Amino acid sequence: MNTKSSISKFVVDAKNLATRELNERIREAIRDGHKQIDIQNVSGQRYIAAGIQELIDIEIFGVPGNDLGVFMDGSKVVVHGNAQDATGNTMNSGEIIIHGDVGDITGMSARGGKIFIQKNAGYRTGVHLKEYQGLRPVIVIGGTAQDFLGEYMAGGVIIMLGLNLKGGIHNADYVGTGMHGGSIILRGDVRGIGREVEVQQLDQEDNRLVEHSVQEYSKHFGCKVDEILESKFKKLKPVSTRPYGNLYSY
Amino acid sequence: MNTPLKSVQRQNNPYKDEKVIDSCSIFGMMDQNKKLFAGNDIIEASASMNQRANGLGSGYAVYGLYPKYWNNYAFHIMYDDKEALDWGSKFIESNFDVIFDEEIPMDIHGIHKHVPIMRRYFTNIDLDNLDEIKEDEYLVNKCLEMNTSGKGAYVFSSGKNMGVFKGVGWPQEIAKIFRLDEYKGYLWLSHSRFPTNSRAWWGGAHPFAHLESTVVHNGEISSYGTNRRFLEMKGYRCTFQTDTEIFALALDYLQRKHQLPVEIIAKIFAPPLWKDIEKMSGGERNLLRRLRITYDKLLMNGPFSIIFANHGLMVGLADRLKLRPIIAARRKDMLLLSSEEAAIIKILPDIDEVHHPKGGEPVIARCHEGFAS
Amino acid sequence: MLRSRRLPEYNVRIDTDTCTVCKACVIQCTFDVFSHMKAENKISIDESKCVDCHRCMIYCPDKSISIIPTPIQYRPNASWNKESIHNIMKQAESGGILLTSMGCDKPNYNYFDRLLINASQVTNPSIDPIREPMEVKTYLGRKPDKLTISDNNGDSIIETSESPQLLLETPIMFSAMSLGSVNINVQESLAMAAASSGTYQNIGEGGLHPRLKKYAKNLIVQVASGRYGVHKKYLDTGAAVEIKIGQGAKPGIGGHLPGEKITKEISEARRIPAGTDAISPAPQHDIYSIEDLSQLIHAIKETTEYSKPVIVKIAAVHNSAAIASGIARSGADIIAIDGMRASTGAAPLVMRDNVGIPIEMAIASVDTRLNQEGIRDKISIIAGGGIRSSSDAFKIIALGADACYISTVALIAMGCTVCQKCHTGKCPWGLTTMNPSISIRINPKMESKRVANLVRAWTLEIKDMLGGMGINSIESLRGNRHQLRGVGLSEQEMEILGVRPAGI
Repeated sequence: MNTKSSISKFVVDAKNLATRELNERIREAIRDGHKQIDIQNVSGQRYIAAGIQELIDIEIFGVPGNDLGVFMDGSKVVVHGNAQDATGNTMNSGEIIIHGDVGDITGMSARGGKIFIQKNAGYRTGVHLKEYQGLRPVIVIGGTAQDFLGEYMAGGVIIMLGLNLKGGIHNADYVGTGMHGGSIILRGDVRGIGREVEVQQLDQEDNRLVEHSVQEYSKHFGCKVDEILESKFKKLKPVSTRPYGNLYSY
Repeated sequence: MNTPLKSVQRQNNPYKDEKVIDSCSIFGMMDQNKKLFAGNDIIEASASMNQRANGLGSGYAVYGLYPKYWNNYAFHIMYDDKEALDWGSKFIESNFDVIFDEEIPMDIHGIHKHVPIMRRYFTNIDLDNLDEIKEDEYLVNKCLEMNTSGKGAYVFSSGKNMGVFKGVGWPQEIAKIFRLDEYKGYLWLSHSRFPTNSRAWWGGAHPFAHLESTVVHNGEISSYGTNRRFLEMKGYRCTFQTDTEIFALALDYLQRKHQLPVEIIAKIFAPPLWKDIEKMSGGERNLLRRLRITYDKLLMNGPFSIIFANHGLMVGLADRLKLRPIIAARRKDMLLLSSEEAAIIKILPDIDEVHHPKGGEPVIARCHEGFAS
Repeated sequence: MLRSRRLPEYNVRIDTDTCTVCKACVIQCTFDVFSHMKAENKISIDESKCVDCHRCMIYCPDKSISIIPTPIQYRPNASWNKESIHNIMKQAESGGILLTSMGCDKPNYNYFDRLLINASQVTNPSIDPIREPMEVKTYLGRKPDKLTISDNNGDSIIETSESPQLLLETPIMFSAMSLGSVNINVQESLAMAAASSGTYQNIGEGGLHPRLKKYAKNLIVQVASGRYGVHKKYLDTGAAVEIKIGQGAKPGIGGHLPGEKITKEISEARRIPAGTDAISPAPQHDIYSIEDLSQLIHAIKETTEYSKPVIVKIAAVHNSAAIASGIARSGADIIAIDGMRASTGAAPLVMRDNVGIPIEMAIASVDTRLNQEGIRDKISIIAGGGIRSSSDAFKIIALGADACYISTVALIAMGCTVCQKCHTGKCPWGLTTMNPSISIRINPKMESKRVANLVRAWTLEIKDMLGGMGINSIESLRGNRHQLRGVGLSEQEMEILGVRPAGI
């Protein structure tokens, strides 16, 4: 996705930089034509890579603040550390790769792009995930997630691998609550699912996507691809697109 | 503003809203061995979360900071003006044995806003004054008397070997004003505020102290009316009209009056859902059922994350649906709680473990037994 | 009775072009408005008997019937309107007390319509009840002052004993309608709906019909002044026992079921001889003072071995707060307060419309008084009397109640059109009549579904309103006056209700 450029990598030291200043420097670097940007000593600065439409490789060292990659539309952001809440909020396309955990509402309302989380995710991961005209977001969680995974999903795919579970079940409850589109693919059982979803088998297309995603996950973080693909997966899909038809009186 | 400020409510809530609503950042750190450490880390951590606040209020609670006066009640009192100071000092002198008192050392160099008079008194309670009530009760009554006197004197904290420093300003500002880099404590809490009443007031900042317990809070309680009504029935007065005050009073009721342990209190504030209670084993199921029935009016509904502390104890808790963030971390014997992870990593990059608690699940940090302060 | 000089209240017309003389109206009308003239094969109409219950209109397959209030009006006069004139005429004809049924139909006594509910925004998110968990489960009963919990090797043991509780899956219960005021088909419909909805039906003071025994877990049995059907087995059935001191529609007076209505069925349920009058005296004759009430409560508790909560039901009157305080200290577990807009099967018109106070005021002042005395958690409060919708139920809980009682609503769910003629015993819907040929119109299997639907709909709406104000558990609504605002209320009314005016 990122072409080699004759312009060198741009390095920013974010230590003591406020959010706005840091983001201005990043935007300036992009305007100057840099296609690779490293940000060192990141600590809680928000909205990094907000709304970026260019294809840039960004590497973050440290813990970025909330709304990493918000409204992003292109670009690849790699975090060497944990990320916080609202990572990939309403993103349209691009990739976010986290070598660690993420906080709550990761990928909220995202319409496209990919988010790879090496370890665990917090509450409401993938809330309101959508799809639109060929865009389909994918969130891959290597470990486990907390409650309300995929809440209100209208499209897109969440894949949760449970690699650190050691035979147990995911603690997540209310998975797929309010879901009316898209799918959640699980390796390992969850504690509870919403009334709006049912468990189904994966079809060929799902299997292809899982295989492709696990390969990609391995490329970023390393894992036993074959062993993982041999495990049992199941899929959660919404029961209907109008799950609340009988709630109302006309 | 030069007009002397009279009642708490007029100050804290000038538009007579039902209550003051805050949004904020919270942070806590505690050394389990009660080893004293300086405040610069927590000040930096709190300041790093300034995006969550608006500079209208910050504060700190420090435990273990007065080794010389460790067994005296340390009053931190704010005064509107000289008149209030005279009245307040007389009040303290007539109700307590004052061992030593002084102006709280401040650095207002370069601070261009009104800073109230702050004084501290190290005192004992003359047991003859007690008249059949306990020391705790006496202390609570006298603090309430001062806070509602309308004389412009407000108690920020009154416990032994602990103190609250707070006011209108950013965390680093408040830290500078109170010269917090000169103190050492084994347990620190901090808070930075985003109040929705534009004319903020020094006394309205967090932490909120009640006896030796302090609370910092992020969020809003929609059950406020119900909780407040219940606490008032039990004899408490809600003078500050904030959600945080409700937590402080509820903690006092459940801990001091009902002697309930912290684990149970967390289950009263943020109980599991009925459907999850039904799946539990007999004993636990019955316990939770009885708690929810008996203490129904202390269920705290709405988004919140709180940190509360007492000597040797620090607890973090988020609401049942985890609508507000809270992260816990440990580095050897240092335990930390924060609204955001980045604030922790900023001050202690080599953290041993990080934990994201579930909604309603308390993170309880206790000092090791056998370590005196 | 002297001859009536009143014009009929309603004009009843049949469109003879569409009428096929199927005689459905003749069969359906219980007031003898219609009769079939064999020779002409036409329906003849006696308008003077029409009560505008709509039964005929609904059952006419050709939609040929129309009923309109008589267009002839009295000269406009705020004092001497049609109603006041007719009441005087009726009394002149009969020399008797004017009877009526259902609840007060006069305006101006409703506070629900002047109270508004809050919603959360920005500083507090609202919660979507359809998807996120929303709890309306309610326990009614006495709460202990504190729980003493001891640690036994890591297990927590509760040392405080528990008073008996009623568990409700939703804070809506069916208020007392006795066998005699309604028939067994209605009672069984309510019992089935209570069972499927996880709530309770109060069977009133008419005793326990054998067909209800299987719903015992969801019944509340009543001990009223006539003590009908009250003996140990009766008290042992049912999840709770309610001592009825008064009812909202007719505070202070008793009831009278004439001997002609004491059928064999009622005689057995009430354990009185058939054909004799069933007179419920005004006071319970062993309760002339508050300590007597305490005595009766304990008598019931001893008899039931302290296994069930005891409810005391009072009408909402001027000193309800003081009475409630006494009841809370007398040993009762739950207090039920019935407001002036409550319904009844029969009551004097003057009592129904003029005696008592609205439930909103009663609950607000009782809750405040019990809080002030520090005893609010000694009893739970059930509120009834003209609760018409889930928003009324919601508001009454915010004012201080723990749950609400409904009865008119349940009857409307089963067909009632509030024609206010229950006391005639001719209810065309088969609800408040003992006549077996009419009461057969209520099929418990079908009607219980309607009532259960109603409870379900209200429960969903309550959850919606809770979520809207950022609450996910009904505990946090109880007495939460902060979530209400008043519109068009006087300062004093707002003070009593404990609410601020909208805008502040």
